[in-house]
Amino acid sequence: MTDAAVPVSRFDRGRILAWLQDYGVYAAIVVLVVVNIAITPRFLSVENLRTQLVQVAPVVIVSLGMALVIGTEGVDLSVGSVMALATALIPLYLGYGVVPAVVAGLLGGAAVGLVNGSLVAFVGVQPIVATLALFVGGRGIALVVAGGQLKDVHDQTLLDLGSSSVAGIPLPVVVAAVLTVLVTAVVRRTTFGRRLVAIGGNRTASELSGLPVRRVLLLVYVTSGLLAAVAGILATARLQASDPSSLGLLMELSAITAVVVGGTPLTGGRVRVLGTVAGALLIQLVRATLIKHDLADSAAQMVQAVIILAAVYAARGAGRR
Amino acid sequence: MTEAPLLEVSGVVKRFTGVLALDRVSVALAPGEVHALVGENGAGKSTLIKVVTGVHRPDEGRVLLAGRPAGFAGPLDAQRAGIQAVHQEVGLVPGLSVARNLLLGREPRRLGVLDVRRMHREAERVLSSYGIAVDVRRPLRSLGVGAQQMVALARAVSVEARVVVMDEPTSSLEPREVDTLFGVVRRLRDRGIAVVYVSHRLDELYRICDRVTVLRDGRVVHQGPLAGLDRLRLVSLMLGRPVSDVRAEGVTKFSGAHDAAGAAPVVEAHGLTRRHVLDGVSLAIRPGEVVGLGGLLGAGRTETAKAIAGALPLDGGRVTVAGRPLRRGPAAAIRAGVALLPEDRKAEGIIGTLSVRENIALAALPRLSRGGLVSEARIDRIVETFMRRLRIKAAGPHQRVAELSGGNQQKVLLARWLATEPRILLLDEPTRGIDVGAKAEVQALIDALAEDGLGVLLISADLEELVEGSDRVVVLKDGAVVGELSGADVTEERVMNAIAAHAGAPPPADEGDARGRAEEVS
Repeated sequence: MTDAAVPVSRFDRGRILAWLQDYGVYAAIVVLVVVNIAITPRFLSVENLRTQLVQVAPVVIVSLGMALVIGTEGVDLSVGSVMALATALIPLYLGYGVVPAVVAGLLGGAAVGLVNGSLVAFVGVQPIVATLALFVGGRGIALVVAGGQLKDVHDQTLLDLGSSSVAGIPLPVVVAAVLTVLVTAVVRRTTFGRRLVAIGGNRTASELSGLPVRRVLLLVYVTSGLLAAVAGILATARLQASDPSSLGLLMELSAITAVVVGGTPLTGGRVRVLGTVAGALLIQLVRATLIKHDLADSAAQMVQAVIILAAVYAARGAGRR
Repeated sequence: MTEAPLLEVSGVVKRFTGVLALDRVSVALAPGEVHALVGENGAGKSTLIKVVTGVHRPDEGRVLLAGRPAGFAGPLDAQRAGIQAVHQEVGLVPGLSVARNLLLGREPRRLGVLDVRRMHREAERVLSSYGIAVDVRRPLRSLGVGAQQMVALARAVSVEARVVVMDEPTSSLEPREVDTLFGVVRRLRDRGIAVVYVSHRLDELYRICDRVTVLRDGRVVHQGPLAGLDRLRLVSLMLGRPVSDVRAEGVTKFSGAHDAAGAAPVVEAHGLTRRHVLDGVSLAIRPGEVVGLGGLLGAGRTETAKAIAGALPLDGGRVTVAGRPLRRGPAAAIRAGVALLPEDRKAEGIIGTLSVRENIALAALPRLSRGGLVSEARIDRIVETFMRRLRIKAAGPHQRVAELSGGNQQKVLLARWLATEPRILLLDEPTRGIDVGAKAEVQALIDALAEDGLGVLLISADLEELVEGSDRVVVLKDGAVVGELSGADVTEERVMNAIAAHAGAPPPADEGDARGRAEEVS
């Protein structure tokens, strides 16, 4: 940065960083796509695009919930454990049919969200601590529920959730897209959405303005739990197995990264839904690019780290404007 | 002063990003002197304390300790030199025992290991020498706030203190604890320690302090012995209003009296009580009437407004709107038509990350939505109406509110509350920190709103604004109503008189009435 050179550059820098926070993720995606078209064989093939999108769908779904939580100046570390819990519950109820199994998975997610939300909203525990409890405990419960082992899933209806397509688009991708539209609508059009960003922006002012702060917070964490459960169910269907010991590991970090890279500040008061989706896509793209060119996963992680730092730097600079 | 000063602040200037916080301030304390430091919000008291305790470095001037220049590198440096501060928020470790806290950093050790028995003995000796009886083994947090404060004070003075700075030490103490505290202060004085005593409680100042420095807008406006200083004069010095001020008409934008005498009150507060904060405050506001709330900093004005708006948990008392009791919580108050414009615009009012539009619509969302879905058209209409009516200067409704000037932010908040169609507006310092133009506009607006039949409660540290804007003024002191002025009695001098009155002085006529009502309900 050559900010010392010209007196006006500091102001300009703030502008540039604000732009980067808002649109940098899209620009980065465009650059990576162009690079990949140039150097990666068959990058634009239908098969490759399908694979990438199916892989990223659960991350997108979890990130949507995470974006709402972060919008309230919170964080939800338990999402990966919720996925594990959902996948553990499915084989238990699959005997009664797919619907009871899916409902059980969703209820598990909602229950975790209810506990998180109650701790944050009513007990006043810091979100990172409140959700840390179930980050650790949730997977433990999942393992106990599943009897600690991997189970194959054979129910065809459930497996179809992971592998069938609508108009050529894989179902998980369709679900992720529909949920994205839904969450966008919630943030933009509902009192709940307006209130959650207001609470994240200034909780005291929101309370004094008569907002039902606790109810909103509770609902936000329940939503995050539900979305993570959806991701867990879809992943179970795609993997054709219930493996609570590994499903959703490190998912919370991927989701937080997607949200932050997408321009939602960790300090709350803003939710960028499309940016979050783009953030998830960007991370997927980086990982896929490096793996395709035979670089280790560790390299992908390091690139991811750089992207996070860049996003945080942009957010800080933009915030100081 | 005949003795050489122990602490001398001379010609200190301190600026914060261009704003002059201290302007050539000089204060000298003799050994064994208890020196009162008074002034209203923004007068520069905290800045001066921070300069003395080494938190801030003065831009100009210097601090001398026992005649030697003291260029403190930081608070620790100042402490080592013998300047100890006892703050309102007790700066100790709540989880550790009283003894540990008292001797923190200089615990007696044997062979490098903490000598617990000696530590307890030592702590007991120190505390009892100040007349404080507590079990030193208990964790500090298990003590009452008052006792904790006592421990903080004992700690401060047991470390070779030469100067002790006490910032509002009695704000959370019971009267009995105040007596103990004053006992400690007297002992310090007898040992030749100089005490800087910051408080807004006039009675206390006159009880314990020898001399006084009055700060206003960063300058020393008065300095001298306290004994001969008339209370009314002290109040007028703090507020910056001459004692016999002939009211200059037309300085503010208020037009004058509103006729509300006959109407039934739209809001009534009965005996609002909260420990250490409010002591049986009762008041009534009629439609079309502006009721001013007078008093010094810490008298309970903001708390009264918050209590009426359901934003302050109470130990006793109740609020009725149009005769109906109000349920607890801001949401219920807003539904009943009570709107509170809070004092701290930034911390309690605006939501900086959101646009002007979202900020205006926030409190009225229930009436701007149906079935949880927001009606954009209705929001647009309301936002447009109020942006025009209040002349909010913004690039557009979608500009972020954080980018607006203070005056326009305040107008956005007023719009937020007017959008809820309130019956009563509680305005806590509505014109503080906004430019002259916006100030006049806000004042004119308050007038117009009262004309339209709104009941208004006006809190303002600007005495001129309070007197000219209000039809009636209720004066608070130490959380209780000490007077009520109406009609021709609403003058700056009368308000100051009510504030300055002795605790034991015969109360103004209204006080008995207010107290009587308070007792009935509590």
